[in-house]
Amino acid sequence: MIRARRLGRTFGTKHVIRGLELDVPRGGFLLVTGPNGSGKTTLLRLVAGLLVPTAGELEVAVPRDRVGYLGHEPLVYRELTALENLDLYGRLYRVPERRERIGMLLERFGLWEARNQWADSFSRGMLQRLALCRTLLHDPDLLVLDEPFSALDEEGAALLDRQLAELRPRATFLLATHDPERVSPLAPDRLAFA
Amino acid sequence: MTAYLADVATLARKDLRLELRTRNTVPAMLLFVVAALVVFHFALPAGSSELAAKGLLWVAIVFTALLGLTRAFVAEREQRLIDGLLLAPCDRSAIWLAKSVAVLGFLVVAEVVALPAFALFFSGIDGATVAGVALADLGICAVGTVLAAMAVAGRARELLLPLLFLPLAIPVVVGGVGASVTGHPGRYLGFLALYDAVFAIISWASFEYVVTE
Repeated sequence: MIRARRLGRTFGTKHVIRGLELDVPRGGFLLVTGPNGSGKTTLLRLVAGLLVPTAGELEVAVPRDRVGYLGHEPLVYRELTALENLDLYGRLYRVPERRERIGMLLERFGLWEARNQWADSFSRGMLQRLALCRTLLHDPDLLVLDEPFSALDEEGAALLDRQLAELRPRATFLLATHDPERVSPLAPDRLAFA
Repeated sequence: MTAYLADVATLARKDLRLELRTRNTVPAMLLFVVAALVVFHFALPAGSSELAAKGLLWVAIVFTALLGLTRAFVAEREQRLIDGLLLAPCDRSAIWLAKSVAVLGFLVVAEVVALPAFALFFSGIDGATVAGVALADLGICAVGTVLAAMAVAGRARELLLPLLFLPLAIPVVVGGVGASVTGHPGRYLGFLALYDAVFAIISWASFEYVVTE
C-alpha cells in the first residue's frame, strides 16, 4: 500500500530523510520511532500528501479521501464548535449519514456534552479527542498518526487503545510515537530513525 | 461540477461564519476605508479636481482590499489549518475560490460604506464607477487570494503580500480610474473584465502549486 524507493526530503540544505526504502502492505502496521528531529513527522507528512518528496519515489496506493491524518496540530477551527468543525470536514469528505457518524464519534470520545462549545474553550486533551474524531470521521483505510497519545489522559489513551485495536483488522497504520511499547502489541513492523 | 461548487460553498460559508464570530476583518476594513477617505478629504486642497478625488478613491479601495487579503489566511496559518483543507479530497482550487468569494464579500461590505462616504466627502458616484469597482473587486480578490496563500507560507508574510500584490494591482487601478473619469468607460471596463478573466484562470490553475510544499 505504501512503497518508497530512495525517498528523500530536504528543507533548504538540510536532508531530513535520505535514501529511505519502505514497504507497508495493505493491512500493515508500521511503528515509526526515533528522537526529535529525526524525520518521523516528515515521513508521515509525505505519506499523507502534505509534502512532496525532493528525491526518490513514494507511492501511496490509497485515494486522498481514504487517508486519515492526525498531526501535531488538531486541525480544527478554534472559533467553530466541535459539531461545526466535524460537519465542515464531513461535508468535504462526503461522509455518508454525516450527522449520525459525527454524533457517534463525539459520544465515543466523550465530547457529546461539549459539542456546541467553541473548540477555543477546549483543553489540550479535548482538542486531541476532537482531532481523533476528525481523523476517523470518514472511516479511512490508511491511518497516519503522529503522536496520537499526546495530551490524552489515561481514560482518553485507553479509549484510543480500544479504537486502534478495533480498526486494526481493516486499516493500514503508520504511527509515530515516543512510547512504542503502548502500541507494540498491534504493530509487527518498526522503523527506527536515528 | 456540482460537488466542486458544494465544496466552495462549504468553505466560503465557514469563512463567513468565522468572520461573523470573530469580527476580525470587516470592521478593520470599514474603519480603514472611512479613515482613509476622511484623511484624503482634508489632504486634498480645496478646489481640486474630481479626477484627483476619483484617483484617491481607488487608492483607498486597493489598500482596503490589501488589508482584507492580509487577514485572509490567518485562521489557516495559525495551527496549520491549511493542512486540514489540503488533506480533504476536494479540488485544491476550491479552497482558492471559496477564499476569494469570502474576501470579495468582505470587500463589498467595505465598499457599500465607502462609496456613499466618498459621495459625501467628494462627489457623486456614477454607474461607470460602480461597474468599475465591481469588476476590479473580482480581479483583486482572484489575484490577491493566491498571493495571500503564497505570502502566508513565507516568513516575512506581512511584507511579502504588499510587494507581490501592489504591482499586480496597477492594471486594476489603471482600468478603474479610467472607467471612473472618462466619458466612454466601455474600453476600461472591458480591460478590467479581461484582467479578471486572465488572472482568475491563472490563479485557479496555480493555486495547487502555491500551497504544495
